[in-house]
Amino acid sequence: MKILILGAGQVGGTLAESLAKESFDITLVDHDTARLRELGSRLDIQTIEGAASHPDVLQRAGADDADILVAVTSSDEVNIVACQVCYSMFRTPTKIARIRSGAYLSQNTLFDKHHVPIDRLINPEQVVTDQITELLSHPGALEVLDFADGRVQLVAMRAYLGGPLVGQALRFLSEHMPNVDTRVAAVFRRGQPIIPTGDTVIETDDEVFFIAAREHITAVMGELRKAEKPYRRVLIAGGGNIGARLAADTENDYDVRIMEVNAERAQDLADQLNSAVVIQGSATDRDLLLEENIDQCDAFCAVTDDDEINVMSSLMAKRLGVRQVVTLIGKTAYVDLVQGGEIDVAISPQQATIGTLLSYVRRADVARVHSLRRGAAEAIEAIAHGDRNSSKVVGRRISEIKLPAGATIGAIVRDNQVLIAHDDVIVASDDHVILFLVDKGQIGAVERLFQVGLTFF
Amino acid sequence: MHLTVILRITGSLLTLFSFAFLLPVLVALGYGENTLPTFFSAFAITLISGLVLWLPLRGNRDLRGGDGFLVTALFYLGLGVFGAIPFWLADATDLTFTDSVFESISGLTTTGATTIIGLDNLPKSLLLYRQMLQWMGGMGIIVLAVAIFPMLGIGGMQLYRTESAGPIKDNKLTPRITETAKALWYIYIGLTAACACAYWFAGMSGFDAISHSFSTVSIGGFSTHDTSLGFFDSAAVEAVAIVFMVLSGINFALHFLVWRRRNPIHYFRDMEVRAYLLVLMFVAIVVCTLLSLNPSSSSQPWRDGLFQAVSITTTTGFTTAQFAAWPSVAPIVLLFAAFAGGCAGSTAGGIKIIRVVMIYLQGMREVKRLIHPNGVFSIKLGRNSVPNRLIDAVWSFFSVYVFFFLLSVCALMAVGQLDFITAFSAVGACLNNLGPGLGDVAVNYTSITAEVKWILMFNMVLGRLEIFTLLVLLTPAYWRR
Repeated sequence: MKILILGAGQVGGTLAESLAKESFDITLVDHDTARLRELGSRLDIQTIEGAASHPDVLQRAGADDADILVAVTSSDEVNIVACQVCYSMFRTPTKIARIRSGAYLSQNTLFDKHHVPIDRLINPEQVVTDQITELLSHPGALEVLDFADGRVQLVAMRAYLGGPLVGQALRFLSEHMPNVDTRVAAVFRRGQPIIPTGDTVIETDDEVFFIAAREHITAVMGELRKAEKPYRRVLIAGGGNIGARLAADTENDYDVRIMEVNAERAQDLADQLNSAVVIQGSATDRDLLLEENIDQCDAFCAVTDDDEINVMSSLMAKRLGVRQVVTLIGKTAYVDLVQGGEIDVAISPQQATIGTLLSYVRRADVARVHSLRRGAAEAIEAIAHGDRNSSKVVGRRISEIKLPAGATIGAIVRDNQVLIAHDDVIVASDDHVILFLVDKGQIGAVERLFQVGLTFF
Repeated sequence: MHLTVILRITGSLLTLFSFAFLLPVLVALGYGENTLPTFFSAFAITLISGLVLWLPLRGNRDLRGGDGFLVTALFYLGLGVFGAIPFWLADATDLTFTDSVFESISGLTTTGATTIIGLDNLPKSLLLYRQMLQWMGGMGIIVLAVAIFPMLGIGGMQLYRTESAGPIKDNKLTPRITETAKALWYIYIGLTAACACAYWFAGMSGFDAISHSFSTVSIGGFSTHDTSLGFFDSAAVEAVAIVFMVLSGINFALHFLVWRRRNPIHYFRDMEVRAYLLVLMFVAIVVCTLLSLNPSSSSQPWRDGLFQAVSITTTTGFTTAQFAAWPSVAPIVLLFAAFAGGCAGSTAGGIKIIRVVMIYLQGMREVKRLIHPNGVFSIKLGRNSVPNRLIDAVWSFFSVYVFFFLLSVCALMAVGQLDFITAFSAVGACLNNLGPGLGDVAVNYTSITAEVKWILMFNMVLGRLEIFTLLVLLTPAYWRR
């Protein structure tokens, strides 16, 4: 499959890197020669230098036989024009563009093939904001991911001493909570994956991934650690796009304070926000954090555009007594360094974006992909098609499906109904099957599993 | 400074104003009253003075920005003097020159303070003329308040634009001031007509209904009877008055919006209107409670309390009871409520609710700043944040207002040998364009000396012109520019 990526910034670069590893043909277009040379020397990709929206540049980049166009330059307008050019001149089938400005995003009728032909809009800032908002509403969660429009959620959390299930085998879960149906999809112990069975015993500090219907999430979390009080006070460090969105989205639910170092930007924020309090100052200023009673705060979200500031301010906030810190980290290399130490949750905007793109490059009908654990693991919402003869999943019990090693089926969504995947559930056509892969190397096997025999198409 | 242009405009206004004397002339003819020569000579004097200023000074130079202050002030002062002619000339009133001008300015500024006793026996033409003065004053005020003051930028009067910027896309209601004025006047006339009909249905005579509708919609408070609306002793009349006083105290630009969108929901979306209704409700409850706790003061505490609360808070000044004699803090609460007044862009006087809201928000911001020393807070009306420039303007307005108030109180006590309550309430009643005060000026202003009346007249114009219009003219810098 040939993928054309416009823009070699952080998102474009990470995307190229992650897709090139999966043996896609990647062409990267940017006007920054040095950046292209750096990426080109490291990765097995083609690079084209030039203006990303110009037809001749796109032609040189091979837009006529590209399957997917991903426009992630820093300018919304360039992305829009590039998609339009590819649609009109090269008939590129799938066009994905990053659009950040709310002024465009709020127009529902704008993006269709008669107007601006973009098939999928991605807005990493919005994705990150949504992720953080979910984390805030589930105290203690490391990751909360939506499937089937949010009816099913995959939650990652660390098991702590004091949780009723800790030290018990998983099968006690259903005895403990007869009314709550859930499935533990994976357990990571000291970084190593364990495929859970009924006999698996949860230990302190295990990272547990479980799947449940949205309304049951809180109950399940209470089994793995002492129930946490809901968050009340939230301090956001950094008033950029993400910080501003986050503050606007959460200011009605929490007592929100947002810190911004630039005086002019702080004034802008104060004009935009209603109940959130805007503090002008640096998030790495210890006295300022103390003045704002950081020790009384429940959550600290470091979302400036500077990784180092995010990490340092998060460390400081944690030392000063905040309950949980969420840190935005752009550099993938840093994520492994910090997460699980003093920093509770590290969020990477690139990873959030890649999930959206992956659902397009998978060779099966995939509704949703979430990239997990720095791209090592993956959660997939695949749609089963066909019948017992043409498909390898439809018409079979879950226990009969030949899953590759390291893959588990967590849940099935059938016509808005959530079925937790027990062995005797039979998969029907058009079911949304939610799978968890601890090892991304098995992705090909899963794709083949959900592909329908030739007769179907 | 284009003095000639300004004089010419004043001349044309006077010429226009002279025709206002013709309606009383018709009334005098109809009722066969002896005021006919009075109004005719007033008409002639005003018309000739107007034409003398207007016709010779031909030349089509435009007004410049700052000229608006002078034109506005001359408008009220000039009309005040010429409007006094019938009172001075009429045999029935026997007023001195000072009293005549006082009555005229009190009318034009929609204050409603009077120096005439025995209203019930006055000729109908003169009574109607008195009511007309208020009505025309109100007409001038809504255009000044909605179109002119914001243009001049007086005391943060651009404020309500920030507030209504959402629904009305452009800052102005209509692209041209003349169009805006026309639209506002249609609403004003419509409200007056509705009010007159309502009064008539409530049982007033046709003459009284029209007369009182003039002074209700203009939030003036003149009546054709010495006992004001108490004369009718009718709950229906009072109910009508309350409804139309409340309506007239709302920004006319908002009336325009509601009328154009055909949707009254816009009243309740407006922050100022909500605050205004809240203030009215609060004052009414306090006053009614005080009255019912003292049964000797009023036989019908809720009806009296509600009427006086609305009438005084909106700065109309109609009365159905001697509220000055009410027990405890009730009279003072009413007088203080008049300081808040109605909404900006209405015919009401006082500081205006929107400014009070702003001052409150500013105070709250200070509290928040103390809690978060590094916090950045902006003041918002609805969803829009208010520029600091406007907040400064509101603060200056408030401090100058209070300063002039205190200065005038001292002046009254020094010049007129008045007791504190009388001086305090007289200035409050005139500066806020309310009308009746407390103490010696509870019913009328006959007992005070001429010097005091001039000070009070100055206060009325000062209050009506939002202080700065007049203050600007009193600075040498304005004349040197």
